[in-house]
Amino acid sequence: MSYAETHEHHHDDHDHKPTGLGRWLFSTNHKDIGTMYLVFALIMFFIGGAMAMVVRAELFQPGMQYVDPQFFNAMTTMHALVMIFGVIMPAGVGLANWMVPMMIGAPDMALPRMNNMSFWILPFAFTMLLATFFMEGGAPAGGWTMYPPLITQLGDGFPFLIFTVHFLGVSSIMGAINIIATIFNMRAPGMGFMQLPLFVWTWIITAFLLIASMPVLAGAVTMLLTDKYFGTSFFIAAGGGDPVMFQHIFWFFGHPEVYILILPAFGIVSQIIPTFSRKPLFGYESMVYATAAIAFLSFFVWAHHMFTVGMPLAGELFFMYATMSIAVPTGVKVFNWIATMWRGAMTFETPMLFALSFVILFSIGGFSGLMLGITPADFQYHDTYFVVAHFHYVLVTGALFALMAGAYFWLPKWTGHMYDEKLGQLHFWLSVISVNVLFFPQHFLGLAGMPRRIPDYAVQFTEWNMISSVGGFVFGISQLLFVWVIVKCVREGKKADEQVWEGARGLEWTLPSPPPFHTFTIPPKVDEATAHS
Amino acid sequence: MSAGYLKTVWGAVISLLALALQPAWAEYGLNMPEGVTPLSRNIYDLHMLIFYICCVIAVVVFGVMFWSIFRHRKSRGVKAAQFHHHTTVEIIWTAIPMIILILMAIPATKSLILIESTGDSDLTIKITGYQWRWHYEYIEEDFGFFSSLAPESNEARQLNSGIDPNEIENYLLEVDNPVVVPVNTKIRFMTTAADVIHSWWVPALGWKRDSIPGFINESWAIIEEEGTYRGQCAELCGRDHAFMPIVLKAVSEDEYYDWAGDMMVAALDADVGADREWAMDELMERGEQVYSTFCVACHQVNGMGIPGAFKPLVGSPITTGPLDGHIDTVMNGVAGTAMAPFGMQLNDVDIASVITYERNSWGNDLGDMVQPSMIADRR
Repeated sequence: MSYAETHEHHHDDHDHKPTGLGRWLFSTNHKDIGTMYLVFALIMFFIGGAMAMVVRAELFQPGMQYVDPQFFNAMTTMHALVMIFGVIMPAGVGLANWMVPMMIGAPDMALPRMNNMSFWILPFAFTMLLATFFMEGGAPAGGWTMYPPLITQLGDGFPFLIFTVHFLGVSSIMGAINIIATIFNMRAPGMGFMQLPLFVWTWIITAFLLIASMPVLAGAVTMLLTDKYFGTSFFIAAGGGDPVMFQHIFWFFGHPEVYILILPAFGIVSQIIPTFSRKPLFGYESMVYATAAIAFLSFFVWAHHMFTVGMPLAGELFFMYATMSIAVPTGVKVFNWIATMWRGAMTFETPMLFALSFVILFSIGGFSGLMLGITPADFQYHDTYFVVAHFHYVLVTGALFALMAGAYFWLPKWTGHMYDEKLGQLHFWLSVISVNVLFFPQHFLGLAGMPRRIPDYAVQFTEWNMISSVGGFVFGISQLLFVWVIVKCVREGKKADEQVWEGARGLEWTLPSPPPFHTFTIPPKVDEATAHS
Repeated sequence: MSAGYLKTVWGAVISLLALALQPAWAEYGLNMPEGVTPLSRNIYDLHMLIFYICCVIAVVVFGVMFWSIFRHRKSRGVKAAQFHHHTTVEIIWTAIPMIILILMAIPATKSLILIESTGDSDLTIKITGYQWRWHYEYIEEDFGFFSSLAPESNEARQLNSGIDPNEIENYLLEVDNPVVVPVNTKIRFMTTAADVIHSWWVPALGWKRDSIPGFINESWAIIEEEGTYRGQCAELCGRDHAFMPIVLKAVSEDEYYDWAGDMMVAALDADVGADREWAMDELMERGEQVYSTFCVACHQVNGMGIPGAFKPLVGSPITTGPLDGHIDTVMNGVAGTAMAPFGMQLNDVDIASVITYERNSWGNDLGDMVQPSMIADRR
């Protein structure tokens, strides 16, 4: 049943949109806040990307050409912090803000003012973090993992780094609480948990991961702060502390964090593949259970990030087996996506192209992840470019590609215009080719013995580094095209109807494109046809 | 498609394949080295086994996916089926990965047990990571030494040095004092660190092990072929993380004992001179050597440091202030910064001479001398 039919006797054109700067500063509207999250993520994407360009420029050939090693370390550290906390996470929350209420038939998020606050913390937190570049001692350069004792050698930027992490944690936890409150309380009548679209499911699970893991990170960095300024010795060996304990605590946050980044991506892909296969998602229940299983297991595998610190044999075996077991639910998800395509009637618009490349390239990242999980082999792979290649396959061609797929998928819904399909596909092909030129050779570099986080290298690594850098520059420039496609789509384009995509199913596709400022002020009726795709 | 076009494509494919299969393979480095110890070969075999299994799975899974992409497309006029689950298939594709994983876990477990069997060694070397060099201590023979980046590489790796790294032999993988070990001997390596966490990694031995302040980690190797094996620090340890390589020379047992004998004699000689008065030019000469090994990475050749990161020594309140403060800073370091306590690393002569050098170089002209006895008094 379309939105217009259910709302014909109800005038919802009281779109008293606030105007000017106040509309954004004081916004409590999930669509506006979603837009702000997405725009913020896009801006940070180019800041973090510029840092990656510096890294690839310095690594183009052996010898130091452009920057001091200390600044290089700051580049790798800040690139990671910006991309993880400033791009992938906010973009995921932005999509959740836009889509979750529209997918479950809710008028807005459950806690709109908190929604405003959780967004507006971010620009301030990142201003603080980026300001460290201009402080005595420079920006954080001890790696995004902030391992002590090295990180405590940071100068005046240190407390700013710690407080940035605190603020980001507060923002994420508030966002997570909001998402849980919304989904648990504001589903349209008739929409049970097992009728939720998979994107909504992945966000429920992600939100619980956030609430469970973020406080752990906050605790860890607070201990760093007191170690440096208040005379404690949590992690200082000379005072009876334990530097390895930080790594255990950090990765107890850090591994769930990996799934915080990737689960919403799974959700997006699970919306897109059925749509363009014109076929229901295969194995809906097993998708939900597999996601939950991955999230649960993610709390028992943290030490695979630190096999080389020297653990007892029993510990190494436990974490190896637990890590390997994650391959099972992850495999189930990949098989389900492929079974969804099987005997469908596929078309290959830009969102589908990104989703398909996600399935393949994320799986490649999964394979290298499995290899890294084998402890003895990890003694060779650990802290090499093999690891760099692995996590860029899961985070760039995984999480980022899925977010881009989602952006193309929902842009017509948000703006009311179709994006330029030709330019979208050009963006896809440029990205998918260059990203492989960028990251695939890094597998070889790592196996051949190149450690990560180094600004200069022995000459036998030159060829692959050059190729990788060229791929990096092309990938970086290609992303300007993405901005252009978005700007163009916001301003003009073929008018999008409410359905947008032929195979699209779900409540969000019953709303006009663009949807009015307030939607579902009267809950829609949910039946089999409008429930999950 | 014209025949000429096809020919060009085939030509390109074949020449790419030829390139990949050339002996250049080894030079460009596509794969993990097999190494020269029982452990490294074991790990290499495990790596290849998992790699091949992943390849087979990838071919099957992606094969099905591409088949579907080519056959089940709307442009071919197909009509979408509407099935959405199949319990038997789902059970099968959950069970098969489990079986594959168990098959992988068995050799991995065996290999791990072997790696952790560090007992019954014939030689023990204690490795200590410093910012940014390694210290090796031969426990039974009772001698030790620092091993730093070779001067040629160190010069070439400076920002805009104008030296082509390709002209330097073993650029960034050469040291002043390599660590020498006998072949066919079970060597136990104990790793620890003095300041931040480092990681000692020689790929030819098959493993890396973190060196962590306050911890001692154990690993072992039996090197079966004579040769020189190179590696690097693998854990980010600050500015010069990329510039603390490892060079391991495996030699015959006779050669090793000759070398160890020389080292033991040299260890006795190291402290010679600690109890006599040193002249200014002697201190300055020795001081410059010490400075260019231990201090130059941060404070730079011209003593100006790096603005924002490392403090200058020229005109600084410490190097031009009271002598006591200067000695204290060098010996005990500055907590919460990269300034390490060099009292633990350097002997009395080295500390006395480097402080003298710092107070009388780059325009600092205090004219005062520090004698080794003054340092000894403060220990």
